[in-house]
Amino acid sequence: MPPIVRTLLTRGVPLLALYLVVLGLIGAGIIDAYWMATLALICVNIVLAVSLNLITGFTGQFSLGHAGFMAIGAYATAIISNAVAGPAGFLGGLLAGGVLAALVGFLIGLPTLRLRGDYLAIATLGMAEIIRVVFVNLDSVTNGAAGLTVTQNMDWNWFFVLTVGSVILIRNYLRSRQGRDAIAVREDEIAAESIGVDTTRAKVMSFTIGAFFGGLGGGMYASYFYFIKPDLFGFLKSIDILVIVVLGGLGSLSGSIIAAILLALISTLLQGFTEIRMILYALLLVVIMIFRPEGLMGSRELSLNVFSRLGRRRPALATAQAAPGASEAQGKGDER
Amino acid sequence: MDQLAQQLINGLSLGSIYALIALGYTMVYGIIQLINFAHGDVYMVGAYVGFASMAILGLGVFESLALAMVTCMILGVVIERVAYKPLRNSTRIAVLITAIGVSLLLEYVMLYFVGAAVRSYPPLPDYFNAQFAVGGVVISAKSLIIIGVSVALMIGLQFIVQKTRIGKAMRAVSQDADAARLMGINVDNTISFTFALGSALAGAAGVLVGIYYNTINPLMGIMPGLKAFVAAVFGGIGLIPGALIGGYFIGVTETLVSGYFSSLLQDAVVFAILILVLIFKPAGLLGKNVREKV
Amino acid sequence: MSDILAVEGLTRNFGGLAAVSNVNLRLGTGELVGLIGPNGAGKTTVFNLLTGVYPPSAGTITFTRQDRGPVSIGGRRPYAICRAGVGRTFQNIRLFKDLTVLDNVVIALQQNRRYPLLSSFLRLPPFAKAEAEIHAESLELLRIMGLDAKAEELARNLPYGDQRHLEIARALATKPTLLLLDEPAAGMNPNETAQLTRLIARLRDEFALTILLIEHDMSLVMKICERIYVLDHGVVIASGTPAEVRANPKVIEAYLGEEA
Repeated sequence: MPPIVRTLLTRGVPLLALYLVVLGLIGAGIIDAYWMATLALICVNIVLAVSLNLITGFTGQFSLGHAGFMAIGAYATAIISNAVAGPAGFLGGLLAGGVLAALVGFLIGLPTLRLRGDYLAIATLGMAEIIRVVFVNLDSVTNGAAGLTVTQNMDWNWFFVLTVGSVILIRNYLRSRQGRDAIAVREDEIAAESIGVDTTRAKVMSFTIGAFFGGLGGGMYASYFYFIKPDLFGFLKSIDILVIVVLGGLGSLSGSIIAAILLALISTLLQGFTEIRMILYALLLVVIMIFRPEGLMGSRELSLNVFSRLGRRRPALATAQAAPGASEAQGKGDER
Repeated sequence: MDQLAQQLINGLSLGSIYALIALGYTMVYGIIQLINFAHGDVYMVGAYVGFASMAILGLGVFESLALAMVTCMILGVVIERVAYKPLRNSTRIAVLITAIGVSLLLEYVMLYFVGAAVRSYPPLPDYFNAQFAVGGVVISAKSLIIIGVSVALMIGLQFIVQKTRIGKAMRAVSQDADAARLMGINVDNTISFTFALGSALAGAAGVLVGIYYNTINPLMGIMPGLKAFVAAVFGGIGLIPGALIGGYFIGVTETLVSGYFSSLLQDAVVFAILILVLIFKPAGLLGKNVREKV
Repeated sequence: MSDILAVEGLTRNFGGLAAVSNVNLRLGTGELVGLIGPNGAGKTTVFNLLTGVYPPSAGTITFTRQDRGPVSIGGRRPYAICRAGVGRTFQNIRLFKDLTVLDNVVIALQQNRRYPLLSSFLRLPPFAKAEAEIHAESLELLRIMGLDAKAEELARNLPYGDQRHLEIARALATKPTLLLLDEPAAGMNPNETAQLTRLIARLRDEFALTILLIEHDMSLVMKICERIYVLDHGVVIASGTPAEVRANPKVIEAYLGEEA
């Protein structure tokens, strides 16, 4: 069986099933407007968390400004899709939002990514605050602090395509030359540089790509929830996204996805108890860090491939045939 | 010219408050390399304690100041012991995230109990509202008291750090915690003491800001906390004189920006300064660059 | 025999302290040279200067590859120096501990095998082709180092000796012509050291390397090094063949002085 067919069968079929089931539930009215909003939030949060995980979990660069990228994407999508009706404006807006966010990420990342972890965190936090203040002050375009109404363009089809597409693209990136360079930077920057990894380039690339998808997530948010204002994209939003990433596990894409679903459900159930929700959030953060700092999944991945074992690090296709004994060595605790 | 002098006086008052908060950031960073995000919220708690002490207990301003300092001191030590100490050997990101968690916890627990509404600070004794005209510049007693109290606290801090045994221990631990431990210094207690000092100063700053702005709310700690951090970075994080210079610089800059341009821009300017400092002189004004040992 | 590395007047100050001062080194192509000296003599600092971890305070470092001609590498970024053809290992092992053995080598090896970002995102044919080659070549390198059976283990779970081997494999994967080994035998027992000694000699021939190594284990140094530089307090106090160095009174004094 050629690999592409196998991939389609093992990964495509479950995804298609998911798509159809949800479509059916929406058609049957079981997923009503209320739950659809939760579903939308889950999709947006998955895109945001996975992209932040790329920056923080995989590349090891601590960013506290993801909401800034989200804001850029949201406003770009809002303004363009309000000006140009139909899918052209909407998709053009999403793309422009992503590209603009990536551009800002690149410009901010280039000088600041030289900084050590916590300095970078502060620089990105500062960046997000500046972006927010700029949107408040750009009255003529953004309607300032009062906010902006956006044409609602997102539906389940788009959510499915954009969310799954984003996750696949980021996953492909991480399992490529460029992605491995980024992971090497996280593991040991000095060692990475000593074996020829251009660490600045690797960091800026991950940061820029993460910013792109952060912008896309913002655009998705704006196009579904149809009202945006600068305060939605403040420091707390960045923390929200960070909580998802940390809860799921820094360095685990499936962890981010699981945590995004879990937290959206909790948050929906606790709607109307805002303070309690935030107190629980805060406690969760502290308790996770003290008792399970690696998050739900650590850096393990859960595969959609139902035939592969749970939590395996990665399929070792090339190695299994090439090296006798390597296949047993994948198992845990194989010490001789 | 008069207007400039007026703005400078306001800037110095605000800068004093930032400097007090920045001192706590910088001492904690110096000793355990942690950006203590909860520090801004300790300052918020200080403001509320001062409020409660004046409005409910009916204590005077300076008694309330002392009470706020003691309460925050205890709070700071509790936070350190409960949330940070178990993570002494964890990654820096883990501790930083914990600090963010503690920060949110303080904010929303406070929000839960006192509500989101902004409160006005209780009326102050008359002498606070006295005003002196020097040339065309009006100086309020309030500003002078804020500056005076801050400077007195800073001198006290300087005394503790430079002249006392525990101050020496603090400096030793921030140089090299392992070596200090080998020399018989109780590192854990020294760290707790650092939190105690820093938090007490933040508590004082909380009461002073209540006096300065006259309003308090549960989320008031976020922005000043971040700005005080910017101040600490500006001066060179880990360095006490750096925090003072940074605090006054940020306070004055902010007042000038809101006085001459727009108060909406003041936050953006402060963060732009931060980013510029980080790019061009990441070790801060007084700091030295250090590289990881290979 | 032409020089592959020429170091002149290399100096590095930390604060007021000269960790390395006015060091001159020459390595001929294909030579195996030792750099020895008491603890704190500045040996690792020399390595760090050669590989760009610190910029030199003064002095020049010229690296020559037959096919490219001489280049000055002093003060360039570490990755650029590596790409020029200088590989290294670390005294305190710096593997990517949470990655597999294979990935440790793959990351080094892929630096010579580029394909565009778009291929990575969309898994286009250039991606598949390059990845297959990178993996095959990495496994081959692991086989040479005797680590192929452990390719999928996490680097942190390897026994200590294997970790040292893996670091050498990773350095070799960058296709160096000059290899710097920082105490490769540290922490090994005499038996392992003897094996390592043979391996280093073999690698030099098989990969046409020039090797400069820091080592405390005199049995290894005296056996395989053709020439030795002795560093003390940041200064080269002696150089020559193992026999010459062993007989040099300054060297004896430096070592005995340390023990006394």
